[in-house]
Amino acid sequence: MENKPEPILKLNNIEVKYHEVILVLKGVSIEVPKGGIVALLGANGAGKSTTLKAISGLLKHEDGEVTDGSIEFLGEQIHKKRAVEIAKMGIVQVIEGRRVFEHLTVEQNLLVGGHMRKGGDKTVKERLEMVYHYFPRLKQKRKEIAGFVSGGEQQMTVVGRALMTNPKLMLLDEPSMGLAPLLIHEIFEIITRLHEKEGISILLVEQNVKLALNVAPYAYVLENGRIVLDDTSERLKENEDIKDFYLGLTDVGGRKSFRDVKHYKRRKRWLT
Amino acid sequence: MSQTNLFFMTLTTGLMVGGIYALVALGWVIIYKCSGVLNLAMGELTIIGAYVTLTFYQMGVPFVLAVVISLIIGLVLGILTERVFLDRLIGEPILTVIMVTVGLSFFFRGLVEFIWGTNTRVFQPPVFPLKPVKIGFLVIGSVYLWSFVTAIVLLLILVAFFQYTRWGLAMQATADDEMAAISLGVSARFVYAAAWAIAFMAAGVGGSLLGNINGLNISVSYLGLLVLPAVVLGGLNSIPGAIVGGLAIGILQNFAGAYLDQYFPGGVKQIFPFVFMVVFLLFKPYGLWGWERIERV
Ligand SMILES: Nc1ncnc2c1ncn2[C@@H]1O[C@H](COP(=O)(O)OP(=O)(O)OP(=O)(O)O)[C@@H](O)[C@H]1O
Ligand SMILES: [Mg+2]
Repeated sequence: MENKPEPILKLNNIEVKYHEVILVLKGVSIEVPKGGIVALLGANGAGKSTTLKAISGLLKHEDGEVTDGSIEFLGEQIHKKRAVEIAKMGIVQVIEGRRVFEHLTVEQNLLVGGHMRKGGDKTVKERLEMVYHYFPRLKQKRKEIAGFVSGGEQQMTVVGRALMTNPKLMLLDEPSMGLAPLLIHEIFEIITRLHEKEGISILLVEQNVKLALNVAPYAYVLENGRIVLDDTSERLKENEDIKDFYLGLTDVGGRKSFRDVKHYKRRKRWLT
Repeated sequence: MSQTNLFFMTLTTGLMVGGIYALVALGWVIIYKCSGVLNLAMGELTIIGAYVTLTFYQMGVPFVLAVVISLIIGLVLGILTERVFLDRLIGEPILTVIMVTVGLSFFFRGLVEFIWGTNTRVFQPPVFPLKPVKIGFLVIGSVYLWSFVTAIVLLLILVAFFQYTRWGLAMQATADDEMAAISLGVSARFVYAAAWAIAFMAAGVGGSLLGNINGLNISVSYLGLLVLPAVVLGGLNSIPGAIVGGLAIGILQNFAGAYLDQYFPGGVKQIFPFVFMVVFLLFKPYGLWGWERIERV
């Protein structure tokens, strides 16, 4: 084992139930090192989003609950706390599906991100400038209604909005979903820069495994509510199962089952 | 009075009363937008504010100050109502919540009758000069004119609040996507409470103005219920819709009174907006500006 830096986030064997009966996570342990990027991979329905919601506390708003295990953020137990308190502590989740406030302008979206006023009014202006610095495109579009800007710009808006909260840890849920390759590239470049320059730790959920393994040095694979594999990205890229199932690189016949299974759902997502 | 004269007089008076309806309707829409609650107690919110204003006015407090006091009490009552009655219902079926607002309306009505009785009361001495105002060939009761001006000013303040202030934006964000708003640290419970507070305040001012026009008794709550046709017309979750809907219902109602009363004597002015609402719903169930979700191109 290489000695890992101290974790900012630690999930200890958590179990999550929806509506008190539907068991979705069956003992998930994950660590995110301070200032690190960790990827969480897995098929549709594996429980990736549920894991993120358990951390951010949003789970409680979907009638879900952490029924066993614990979640520690900077050494403090947070799995009993309300979502708003957790946000105040410095965790922000970017929910999957580019959930902009569609009737507000791009800039108003960002301002809502500054709602908590961590550090006073002045910092909201400063942070806005900072977001525009990282996402110059948003500056151009700031007066436009967020519901009508392009998909890539919406994704930038939600990431920028999260950045406005001045987070220590960002939980990103499938930021590449349904975007053109060039845009994905652009967004991930910005995310990497944010991580390096602003020191934000990141837990990244992705279906685009190749991309995720390039961005994050360490990754976990979730299947059916359990972590089935975790390792450095270097080694995961060489792992036969990953190659076979997630990267579609085997010689047997190009893209394999996992992609095929997902194909229908992905298509559907693009259309909606 | 000549025919054209009658027409324009009816139109202006309707528009002015409509301004008050618009204010109350806006309050209603805020609750619906932010928390999804279809509030059937709006009429009672209207009279409570009106009675509070009247009580302080009778005690010798200047009208404007009495309204401000009523605003503050509305703020407190709004927050209390949300906390006590509605907070625990978050996530319950929509019908349950609606039934609770019906229960609330009976509760408030009982409270009002208990405190203020059932006799009609008037603002004494009259707040607004009895002498009508002449604009060109139009003669408008000054109570209408002032009510309209007050309503419009408050509407503008409210719209500015939603567009430019931190809490206004947080409320709009919650209306758009509650989960995303929470993820940014916006307290949904605070937003709900603020929505009820604003509704109570808007309804209270609306009621106080209406009380100046017709005198005040329990039937003013019927006028508060006129927000339903107004918001149905505008679309349940549209702020501009509520404003236009309120104005339109005021005008429609006055025209019904002026032109249909001779054929259907009695209550046509009262029921016409509701008849209109039913017919309108058949053709445009989402109202003029109701959201369907924005489909990105
Ligand atoms: N609110 C809910 N109530 C009940 N069950 C839920 C709820 N949300 C998710 N689930 C179930 O939990 C399981 C995991 O869902 P989750 O959204 O976490 O998966 P995911 O890995 O993010 O999948 P995807 O790649 O499709 O986003 C699924 O079987 C889903 O049906
Ligand atoms: Mg998911």
